[in-house]
Amino acid sequence: MADNNFDAISKKLNNISRRDFMKFCTVMAASMGLPLEVAPQIAEAVTSPKRPPVIWLSGQGCTGCTESLLRPTHPSLEHLILDLISLDYNETLNVGAGHQAEEAMRQSIEANSKQFILVVEGAIPTRDGGVYCMVGGRPFMEIVRETADKAAAVIAIGSCASWGGIAAAEPNPTGATGAPEFLVGKPVVSIPGCPPNGYNFLSTVLHYLTFKKLPDLDAKGRPKFAYGRLIHENCERRPHFDAGRFATQFGDDGHRQGFCLYKLGCKGPQTYANCPSILFNEVGGGAWPVGTGHPCFGCTEQGVGFAMPLHEQADLKFITPAADHAPVTSDRGGGVSAAAAALIGAGVGVAAGAAAMTARRLAEADKNDDGGEAS
Amino acid sequence: MRIGRRDFLKMTATGGLALACAPTLAQGRPHHDLPPAAVGILYDATLCVGCQACMVACKQANEMEVEPGQGEPLWDAPRDLSARTLNIIKRYENGDGAVKDRAENGYSFVKRHCMHCLDPACVSACPVSALTKDPASGIVGYNEKACIGCRYCQVACPYNIPKFQWDSTTPKIVKCQLCSHLVAKGGISACCKVCPTGASLFGPVEGLLAEAKRRLHMEEGKSYDFPVASLASGQVQSHRAGRYLEHIYGENEAGGSQVLLLSGVPFTSLGLPELPEQSFVEVADGIQYAIYKGMVYPLVLLGGLIYIIRKRVSTTGPAQSGGEEGV
Repeated sequence: MADNNFDAISKKLNNISRRDFMKFCTVMAASMGLPLEVAPQIAEAVTSPKRPPVIWLSGQGCTGCTESLLRPTHPSLEHLILDLISLDYNETLNVGAGHQAEEAMRQSIEANSKQFILVVEGAIPTRDGGVYCMVGGRPFMEIVRETADKAAAVIAIGSCASWGGIAAAEPNPTGATGAPEFLVGKPVVSIPGCPPNGYNFLSTVLHYLTFKKLPDLDAKGRPKFAYGRLIHENCERRPHFDAGRFATQFGDDGHRQGFCLYKLGCKGPQTYANCPSILFNEVGGGAWPVGTGHPCFGCTEQGVGFAMPLHEQADLKFITPAADHAPVTSDRGGGVSAAAAALIGAGVGVAAGAAAMTARRLAEADKNDDGGEAS
Repeated sequence: MRIGRRDFLKMTATGGLALACAPTLAQGRPHHDLPPAAVGILYDATLCVGCQACMVACKQANEMEVEPGQGEPLWDAPRDLSARTLNIIKRYENGDGAVKDRAENGYSFVKRHCMHCLDPACVSACPVSALTKDPASGIVGYNEKACIGCRYCQVACPYNIPKFQWDSTTPKIVKCQLCSHLVAKGGISACCKVCPTGASLFGPVEGLLAEAKRRLHMEEGKSYDFPVASLASGQVQSHRAGRYLEHIYGENEAGGSQVLLLSGVPFTSLGLPELPEQSFVEVADGIQYAIYKGMVYPLVLLGGLIYIIRKRVSTTGPAQSGGEEGV
């Protein structure tokens, strides 16, 4: 990293110290699961004078993804993302507005054709010609298709952009669709979450800047470094699950003691995300839904978040032994079940009844015989 | 029928000769030695922390179904070995269960799976050789294509290991095969690979036996290096030596086995049977081998029968039997 480059960056970033800057690069490397030796490479990539432009399109979304990206309090994060990538268009953060902003986007797309990163936030409504989301008088779906054709890479940020999210929840009146499904044939990286963790997005962008390629993706197009493990596997409440200690009601004893939230409908056992590992907003331990006592609702998992009822119990992907052990000798059989007892009872009853009837008939027959002899 | 003195003497002499040829019954078959490349597992209960990682790895490596217990179906909670569980960690507890590896007021873990006997009763009992002992590795394997489902192996096994798929329409016998599919590729048993403390240790049986003897000579409470995963892995973990019983279970039990156990709690308390040094198979095979050795006894029996029948036929004659035809 050339010193003069860094000086230029440092000025832009409110005179960030070199030390803080390298710290940031190291944190990014760590969050991607990369060796720390690549931190200088990341630093080099982000201080390069030629920063890739980013066009950020917002469709059927709540802007929570943008908000969550701005929220982290890590030193100068918002400056870094605004200055290290060249964010040429973002409806929430644009200085200009209206035709001025649209013109800036058009110019950037033309000037950086096949070089810019397209970020899609929010779902893309496709029903009725896409009239349910119009930007600058044009259907959002048209804008996305046009822009994606000219983009170097497409990132779908948030659950809505990934598969439709809440907008695509039943009955999906607007035909909301995620970017990967909408842009068939174009590789799209999904960063699902509601909201997604800002670091997962930043790490993906920096991976692209540093290595000139996208990170390894899973079958659903999510970066493996962030969505490789189940929440259940890294959850701080997992020991309570293994030991069979559950909160069964909000505010009950178990809930107050921080027991496992599985029985309240936690979707951690079937949701892939790194929430318990990197947390949110850098405010310290426990800053993620389960940490605050709320069950995970599976926002990063298509078919779980916005699809399964909040308090429906999750399907366990991997069933593992509990924290107790079988005794050396185990009792066999479970005693007499109610059904078995009833069956036996019925059998005994029938036999007793039959015996009584037979006895009576025999007695009658005897009587008849006696009568016959007498007559 | 009348047997003359001469005939009687002839028969006696032949029988005596046959008996003299037959060796003593119980020594009918020599004791089985360790196969040349015998591999096995040394389970050290004093090192086991009961994490059950071996149970998880076993199910993954052998693609076994999980087995929910009697309660909620949230965990894999087998209570015993079964058609879905090849390997189980069980817990012995006595009194207040305060101290590990102590028989009174203590607790201990024990790992149960196939012992891979040197002289496996299941292999001997199997009428169709569906169960076989590999001549090189000594792994007792199972061939489902040959199995006829007679379950003799279940009755024969002194450790109660083979399990039957009672709930299947095409049932198989299920037992630990020491991850032979992994061993064939140069790997080790999955349970040993994941064991964090080296409580389950894979290796050549001779090496494991030497390691077990080394442990019996350790001074309690002193720190030693214990190999992890396999003897050849080169990884070690430092532990303070526990209190061992002066007994390597499996060294001599029922002719010896390729799975060895060390413990601080009597093995009978851990559900392991007390067995004689001589394998049951040796005794049973001895009788069988003695009877059929050189086909002497069957031939003598056959000869005797033929002789008696001929004698009868010649004394009674055809006329009498012709008379019985009408009956």
